[in-house]
Amino acid sequence: MNEQVRQLLEIADDELILGWRDSEWTGIAPLLEEDVAFSSIAQNEIGHARALYELAARELGTTADELAFDRSPEEYLCAPIVELRLMDWERTIARHYLYEEADAVRLERLKQSDDPEIAGLAAKIDREEAYHRIHAQMWFDRLQAEPRFTAALEDLRPQAAALLDSSQRNGHTPELTTLWEEMTVVRRSQPAGTKW
Amino acid sequence: MGAAGRATPSSLIYEVFRQERKGQPFQHAGSVEAADDHFADVYAREQYGRRGESSGLWIVPRSAVTEIHDFVDELNRNYHRVDGYPLKEKLKEARERAGTAAPRDR
Repeated sequence: MNEQVRQLLEIADDELILGWRDSEWTGIAPLLEEDVAFSSIAQNEIGHARALYELAARELGTTADELAFDRSPEEYLCAPIVELRLMDWERTIARHYLYEEADAVRLERLKQSDDPEIAGLAAKIDREEAYHRIHAQMWFDRLQAEPRFTAALEDLRPQAAALLDSSQRNGHTPELTTLWEEMTVVRRSQPAGTKW
Repeated sequence: MGAAGRATPSSLIYEVFRQERKGQPFQHAGSVEAADDHFADVYAREQYGRRGESSGLWIVPRSAVTEIHDFVDELNRNYHRVDGYPLKEKLKEARERAGTAAPRDR
């Protein structure tokens, strides 16, 4: 796997797994408006994952679905920070903020890619991410003086470094396996040869 | 905090008006509940703007809206209305009294 495909897969896996985690807030966020906002963000992230998997799949001679669902948990390239099941709001918002911060940097890099398809997709994704950033920034502004939030930020910040550094993506949390089992259960239960 | 106990911060209701295309009137789209103007801005964009469905939004705290409901029209003065005087029913009654049929459509 060449470096470029590996990078696409890292980002796609981050977006798929984080999208999945964000979707866990649907219906139980502290505010009804956040059910809407977080579900929408989750859907966007999974959409970005699909688009990135499609680019990678073409290089690898496979399909986006196979990349998303047919690998074993240890084959995923996501950073551990996106795997964590954070069912408290301050940690969710802290991760959201740190993730969007790193994602903006890496999308800027991708937009400079020599490959016009990658650069074009990065620009398209970035237009949607702009809304995620204003959402994250809004919460940051609101919570920045709250000790529970600042503690969560400090706790998670070291793990966010892996989002921009492949060499720090080594190994996974046990939470990924649990998530993977749930995420792929329908896919794995289908009889061989099923066409959707 | 679980689903059973949503936070009830000191939030406000904001009414959202959207303009579908430039030059068209702003029409009421719905409302959002938000802690302050900044949150209202973000939630309104999220729910009413970001998918290209609007060319503009007005976001107004509900408290800024003056409501009036006590309209009575005891003297049946609806002919003062700017949308015109509905003649159709009255014409039909007059024709019946006169025993003449409506003229055929030309």
